[in-house]
Amino acid sequence: MTDENYDDEEIILSELNDEELVQQMHDDLYDGMKEEIEEGTQILLDRDWTAERVLNEALVAGMKIVGIDFRDGILFVPEVLLAANAMKGGMAILEPLLAESGVEPKGKMVIGTVKGDIHDIGKNLVAMMMEGAGFEVIDIGINNSVEDYLAALEEHKPDILGMSALLTTTMPYMKVVIDEMVKRSIRDDYIVLVGGAPLNEEFGQAVGADAYCRDAAQAAQMAPLLLHNRQAARG
Amino acid sequence: MADSTLLIACGALAREVVALKNQYQFIDLNIICLDARLHNTPEQITGKLRQKIRAHRSEHARILIGYADCGTGGAIDRLIESEQAFGEIARLPGAHCYEFYAGSSRFQQMADDEPGTFYLTDFLVRHFQTLVIDALKIDEHPQLLAQYFKHYRRVVYLSQVLDPELQALARSAADRLGLQFEQVHCGYGLLEGVIRQNVGTEHEDQTDHRLLA
Repeated sequence: MTDENYDDEEIILSELNDEELVQQMHDDLYDGMKEEIEEGTQILLDRDWTAERVLNEALVAGMKIVGIDFRDGILFVPEVLLAANAMKGGMAILEPLLAESGVEPKGKMVIGTVKGDIHDIGKNLVAMMMEGAGFEVIDIGINNSVEDYLAALEEHKPDILGMSALLTTTMPYMKVVIDEMVKRSIRDDYIVLVGGAPLNEEFGQAVGADAYCRDAAQAAQMAPLLLHNRQAARG
Repeated sequence: MADSTLLIACGALAREVVALKNQYQFIDLNIICLDARLHNTPEQITGKLRQKIRAHRSEHARILIGYADCGTGGAIDRLIESEQAFGEIARLPGAHCYEFYAGSSRFQQMADDEPGTFYLTDFLVRHFQTLVIDALKIDEHPQLLAQYFKHYRRVVYLSQVLDPELQALARSAADRLGLQFEQVHCGYGLLEGVIRQNVGTEHEDQTDHRLLA
């Protein structure tokens, strides 16, 4: 095969076997090709894959590769956003099926950016990956005060509270929220995850969070483990 | 040089620190600039700074880091603390250049008034296409513009010099993002005072000696 032929070759997704199609969907996700992801998702469903399997093997696994290359500086924010948009296309097809299947969510998370911070790209990625990991996610948006967080905890009674910040100037607000939870003796009722570009492990410990998540994939990986440990500890 | 200062600055400040050096005739101030694009990968800033500090500290009485925290989450402060034993070293105040240009209280007020503020400096105005539009691939993927800027309400141009051409470019940048435009003239803000404090010899005579040569 010459390079010329290769360049002109069009991949017909429906002609690929399952393994090739999943691999191609990982590549398409990486390249942010929303229409191809939607098509691939539908093909796998038509081949009697369950929605959960399509989600885990084609979408979430593909998005993990994107997350790793973002962390390693190979991909940047625009590419991650395009990949996320493509994944959302696939998830929109799967969501009604997942709801119908009656699978209980693994847990519930309330997530929002802290007061003064309007940067929600990271928070949205975490919400998406957490949904992909089987969690019910209540996204309370941007610029949340202590009162906003507490009201959301009271209303939704989640297992996990996620707080996100992009700015060095706003990230200390996470401690304000956690301190208020301690003051009201509700801190231990929740797993608190924090994340955002300027944060690190030490900061997470210093503000009293259960864990710092360096990226969305790690949050989705860590959340079920923390939840399991918490449930086990409570017997 | 017995009383010389080395300023290791972000490339985004290059024009401004050279202007201040010339204005005050700081003959004992040496300047090194790092690539301004490091702001896209702030985790790499301290490593680059450490290299420069260790390569040049024996030649200077003190080192001034021409960065604020700049998204490093305190890593520059930790670096400074670890290098203090080897000589005098400090950094610019605040979280980022917007803060030391505007001054902390004025910047905080602007952030409180409207968290959805996108700040520009002279440097960012000059390089808006490269550092914002191209870096975020907005021309290539116009649908991303709304995702990046949906929560922003205004552009505030923190100007260092009053230049009608830059003002027009800043206004056009705000238009491109679909945001309201305001200009707050800051001059060099706290940058000027910190450099003056950290440079050993200031020549009060501000005559441009190059013209007399």
